[in-house]
Amino acid sequence: MDALGNDRTPTRSNLMRFCLLSTIFLLAVSLLGCGKKEPRADIVIINGAEPQSLDPAIITGQPDGRAAGALFEGLTRLNPKTATAEPAIAERWDVSTNGKLYTFHLRKNAKWSTGAPITSEDFIYSWRRVVDPLTASEYAGQLFFVQNAEAISMGKIKDLSQLGVRAIDTHTLRVELNAPCPFFLDLCAFRTLSIVPRAAIEKHGDRWLLTPPVPTSGPYALESWRIRDKIRIRKNPYYWDAANVQNEIIDLLPIDQQTTALSLYTTGQVDIIWDKGLVPNELLDVLRNRPDMHTFDYLGTEFIRYNVTKKPFDDPRVRKALALAIDKQRLVDKITKGGEKTASSYTPPGTAHYLPPAGLGHDPSLAKKLLAEAGFPNGKGFPNFIYLTSNTKTSVQLAVEIQEMWQRELGIHCEIAQKEWKVYLTDQSELNYDVSRSGWVGDYNDPNTFLDMFMSNNGNNRTGWKNPRYDQLMRDANQITDLNRRAELLRDAETLLVHDDLPIIPLFFRTGVNFFDPAKFEGIYFNLLDEHPLWPIRRKR
Amino acid sequence: MYFLKRALFLIPLLLVITFMAFALVRLAPGGPFDNERKPASPEIERNLKAKYHLDEPVWKQYLRYLGDLSHGDLGPSLKYRNHTVNDIIRQGLPVSLTLGLLAFLIAQGIGIPLGFITAVGRGRWPDYAGSFFAILAICIPGFVVGPLLIMFFSIRWQIFPPAQWETPWHAILPSFALGLFFAGRISRLMREGMTQALQEGFIVTARAKGMSETRVLVRHAFRIAVLPVVSYSGPLLADLLTGSFVVENIFNIPGIGVFMVNSSLNRDYTMVVGLVLLYATLLLVMNLLVDISYGLLDARVKYE
Repeated sequence: MDALGNDRTPTRSNLMRFCLLSTIFLLAVSLLGCGKKEPRADIVIINGAEPQSLDPAIITGQPDGRAAGALFEGLTRLNPKTATAEPAIAERWDVSTNGKLYTFHLRKNAKWSTGAPITSEDFIYSWRRVVDPLTASEYAGQLFFVQNAEAISMGKIKDLSQLGVRAIDTHTLRVELNAPCPFFLDLCAFRTLSIVPRAAIEKHGDRWLLTPPVPTSGPYALESWRIRDKIRIRKNPYYWDAANVQNEIIDLLPIDQQTTALSLYTTGQVDIIWDKGLVPNELLDVLRNRPDMHTFDYLGTEFIRYNVTKKPFDDPRVRKALALAIDKQRLVDKITKGGEKTASSYTPPGTAHYLPPAGLGHDPSLAKKLLAEAGFPNGKGFPNFIYLTSNTKTSVQLAVEIQEMWQRELGIHCEIAQKEWKVYLTDQSELNYDVSRSGWVGDYNDPNTFLDMFMSNNGNNRTGWKNPRYDQLMRDANQITDLNRRAELLRDAETLLVHDDLPIIPLFFRTGVNFFDPAKFEGIYFNLLDEHPLWPIRRKR
Repeated sequence: MYFLKRALFLIPLLLVITFMAFALVRLAPGGPFDNERKPASPEIERNLKAKYHLDEPVWKQYLRYLGDLSHGDLGPSLKYRNHTVNDIIRQGLPVSLTLGLLAFLIAQGIGIPLGFITAVGRGRWPDYAGSFFAILAICIPGFVVGPLLIMFFSIRWQIFPPAQWETPWHAILPSFALGLFFAGRISRLMREGMTQALQEGFIVTARAKGMSETRVLVRHAFRIAVLPVVSYSGPLLADLLTGSFVVENIFNIPGIGVFMVNSSLNRDYTMVVGLVLLYATLLLVMNLLVDISYGLLDARVKYE
């Protein structure tokens, strides 16, 4: 009996003491862990997924761009209302008559957030860094319009100083282009071309953004960045336009869960949500009539790619038949519900310097006829095929709806292959599919951002479609200064894409959704690039 | 001596685990740099891979990794390119630890008394009520409990904040969302253990000796009954401490639980291996601790 009970009392009391101590320790840790409360920011915004980086040369995603765009600026910036280029660090510029030589005059009062002056050398360093293959900047293509940029990026020219950008003096910069480029000033406002602090980067390497103080060139300085928690930015007092920056502190919350985003917004913990992906489609019908939901069109297209190297999709008649059988209106009414407009062209309407051609509509009887001509009357003999999609909810719902339309109208059957994101991308790149759900968002407001990807050797083509006439039209269009003639050539090219040859089926143009109370906030505008600079946003008094 | 031997054995075991993780994650289709948009030139992709030594044979990459690991460097994150794996763990682990410990306390604090009460009151209403609660907690998954808690406590009654990790108030809902399920499990284990212990011979002896019922239950039966809970608690603690994907996601908590899943979806190779290593270490150490505490609790267990 003793062995089971009383003689072990010391051990038990040790155990008790251990339990007590560890409980106290745990409570202390938990209180410490969540004790530090910062003052609330002037504006709290849900910004989407955690940024991969805030380095303008590295970033690719939209949430990354929105945060980095507040910190770093280039020669121009986008007007918050129209999203067209306006003077930023460059206060003015001259363009040569052939459209290939730009001379930028930098502001004398442009400064880093540390107070150091911004000079032409900062641009030369930052742009060379983007095209330097060692930087491995995935968006280096945004600079390929500048002389020798492509050759340097490809490793054909080793000498970085061959890049077509030169300092005339500390505040004058000369940029030489390969060909006239009607959207070059817009590109100068693009994140990749923003200037970054050389000394900090050379000293701290990849961790330069985590080593305060980070010198920034834009309207804000980086106060703190805690991964998957928040990015806090504070007004940069040295910004050349600091007088017009309407707020002091902004928190950008990296949240990609729809319910989390909505509950934080509903309880007033955050002020703004800006991403349609953060609101469940199912709720859009209910939310649509609220004054704080704002929808607008932007340059994004949802479409289907064909793998034209596979039978029977090598036959344009088959491709057209499948396209004509899809009731696009039903897709946007029943599934996406954001007021999206159906697409017959690939380039969205409203794209600058351009009017897109008409593509194919909804015509099931013509679809049947074309399929019969191709050798598959009523779908007889048509092989089962693979519809490749990522496993996001909306993409799968669209797939099921389209599968049913093809079955009903044409009597053909596809298997839906839902793949995890990286597998989906790999399959698409390696042409390991028959048809595949796709999407594209324009980087700048010009048809080129949509059309150049379907040139034969572009890595984003991913259809196996190679059309020498298309390539030629694209190359010609980007050599001429006459904007009207250029638009005609581009339209001819797009006609091949969406009407004659059809390696893709445009489905609909995307709609942006923002949530904020217009009675409380102003200075947020809606534009085709879905760009909402932070500096003009103001809480109403 | 026994424990020293076991502790030494952990090292080769961890090496095998890291190698498995290292090799397996590289077998998955797609890589860390496959994005919706292709880089402007193939040269860029090549340089990207060269920068992180992904162009080398796997064995060479692994040796390089072990070299870095030997001075505590888990390498750069391939997805979050301004952060190293150490940066991310340093930021996220304390948060996950706090949340995990709170959930652990809730699980034990509710589970053990509940199991005790249901076993003692077996076949009467405390048993039915307690068991109903326990089964309910086990059956409703975290992704339902979380939103339900938010709906009632944050949106309807506005008592607690719905998400984020700032003040102690922020910790309450997620700790319950995470802990309740395990409270249910522990209560079942405890009830089972207690029921069995009460049938043991020494309990009968203790009662026959005229010992008070409270003393019998608390001093004697409890210590044997709690053993299954203890052995369950070791791996549970390791599990809770390394964060929860679901709860951290729902409440947007900046711990490392989300990275456990997302890093493999992102093919963030270094991150996957770093987290596997962390989790494996915790799990093995916890199991060792469980074995030690067995020796303290149960007189029948002796280690050579």
